[in-house]
Amino acid sequence: MAAGSSVVLLLVLIAVFAPWLAPYPEDSLGATRIKERFQPPSLEHPLGTDELGRDVLSRVLYGSRVSLEVGVIAIGLALLIGVPLGVIAGYSGGKLDELIMRITDVFLSFPTLLLAMAISAMLGPTLRNAMIAIAISWWPWYTRLLRSEAVSVKERDFVEAARAMGASWGKIVFRHILPNCLAPVIVQGSMDFGSIILTSAALSFLGLGAQPPTPEWGLMISTSRTFFLTHWWIVTFPGLAIFIAVLSFNLVGDGLREILDPKMRRRRMI
Amino acid sequence: MELSSYVARRVSLSIIALFGVSLITFLLTSVVPANPALRWVGPHAKPEQIARARVELGLDEPIYIRYYRYITNFIRGNWGVSIRTHQPVLKDIAAYLPASLELIIFGMLLALIIGVPLGILSAAKDGTYIDHLSRTFSIAGVALPAFWLGMILQIIFFRELGWFPLEGRIDTVTLLIHPIRNITGFYLLDSLITGNFTAFGSALRHIILPAVTLSTYPLGLTVRMTRATMLEILNEEYIRTVRAYGVSEVKVLCVYALKNAIGPVLTVSALTFAYSLVSTFLIEAVFSWPGLGRYAASAIITVDYPAIMGITLLIALTYVILNLLVDLALAFLDPRIRIG
Repeated sequence: MAAGSSVVLLLVLIAVFAPWLAPYPEDSLGATRIKERFQPPSLEHPLGTDELGRDVLSRVLYGSRVSLEVGVIAIGLALLIGVPLGVIAGYSGGKLDELIMRITDVFLSFPTLLLAMAISAMLGPTLRNAMIAIAISWWPWYTRLLRSEAVSVKERDFVEAARAMGASWGKIVFRHILPNCLAPVIVQGSMDFGSIILTSAALSFLGLGAQPPTPEWGLMISTSRTFFLTHWWIVTFPGLAIFIAVLSFNLVGDGLREILDPKMRRRRMI
Repeated sequence: MELSSYVARRVSLSIIALFGVSLITFLLTSVVPANPALRWVGPHAKPEQIARARVELGLDEPIYIRYYRYITNFIRGNWGVSIRTHQPVLKDIAAYLPASLELIIFGMLLALIIGVPLGILSAAKDGTYIDHLSRTFSIAGVALPAFWLGMILQIIFFRELGWFPLEGRIDTVTLLIHPIRNITGFYLLDSLITGNFTAFGSALRHIILPAVTLSTYPLGLTVRMTRATMLEILNEEYIRTVRAYGVSEVKVLCVYALKNAIGPVLTVSALTFAYSLVSTFLIEAVFSWPGLGRYAASAIITVDYPAIMGITLLIALTYVILNLLVDLALAFLDPRIRIG
């Protein structure tokens, strides 16, 4: 967990300071240097250059910005849909609860990547649409989680007290119940970061996400497909970046779960 | 809850979910894309041709009638005609599916054969460096982008070492000289049954790299799941009793403990099987594997919506049915589930 969180912190720092860290910041956009293309790693270009002579290191560094942005926005959108639905389902119970949960069941019947692929294929391949697609395939998990939290929180005394004092339905749900359900959802959201980075890279790899010249890791791998056998560095480093980012987010997620879930902790100690 | 009422509830929930799935795929493919009629007749069509195509495709009718027609046709096995290949979608799927299934089954078997022993070892040596190593391995397996791993394996094992072929399902020349008789559609099985060992060898060499790539994710999960369940079981009283009888440790692990651990492990396998139906899209793209994923990728690029709809529904259907079967099997085996 410590290793994971320090890498995550490092990733955030890289994303923030990319313009200062990247040796050739202009390469993250459309700049090309055809004369310098396909250069293997050297002092001048530590990770080599790609088919348009762009510095791979600069693009990989900038890629962290894209991936973190996708993660934050996609999870944010998914929470925005999933959280209110979950808390409403959990508090109201009855038919409304049944309806919301059946809708989540339907969305959970699709493998996440498949639904995200189908949605981005239909909306048109852009990074923005990929984020929307990921959010639409992800929200039901948060609805489920939040519902089960809300079901237990609504039995607590302070909710009863609020109801007795004549608080409105909306006030009870969003003022009293919601804030008390948020902790596990935030943990879950941070745990999902790795999977979402992986999904967005996969979408871009299939041509359904970011488009050139965006320095997106999955897209960088995809565009290298015609010449990666002879120029290994162009495919290797963006892939390593995805791997390290996903791995460290997963480690942090695992660590958080172990801290918060005593059952898991006991299992670890056995 | 009685077992029969649990089954009834679970089955009806799955049917409702499937209707929802069909509704979503229908809406996605018939409401979202701009002017499907134009795609059907091509970019240079005259307005009257587009209008005729709209009538032919039934796009001029109200949406609920279109959905009703779509769902009844779907149940009858009429999944529409692909815009790209102009073949019935179901026929296309039947042609591409065996290649994908062969790859997935091979990959899943690899994951189980390596993952279960590794998980047992990890649990038996809990806390030692073997355990740490296998845990790291399993966590890494889940974080690896499969498409990238495939390309790295191609660089190492095709370009540098020359051990395995770059891509494809079989060597084309071999297939010409030693054609495989189509029985199951699985090259490995068909060539083996008919004693066509040259073709078998070629097919086997071709499937190794994509199958290894595909197996990393299920492998990681299998190791984690086996380890976790084994650890829990090894702490149970009956294991202590068996140990007290002086039964050898290998027998305790591989017979007494594994027997109870294999259920959850197979559950995870069944669910990752459905997952692999999608991850194979990426792997088939890397290895030019002529399966459903390649078909889907071309369908996506050309916005061939009947094909996209067919594949999406097929996979969601498999996913729902597998989930249902797993739940039912667990309910039969473990009464605690149906009570809870």
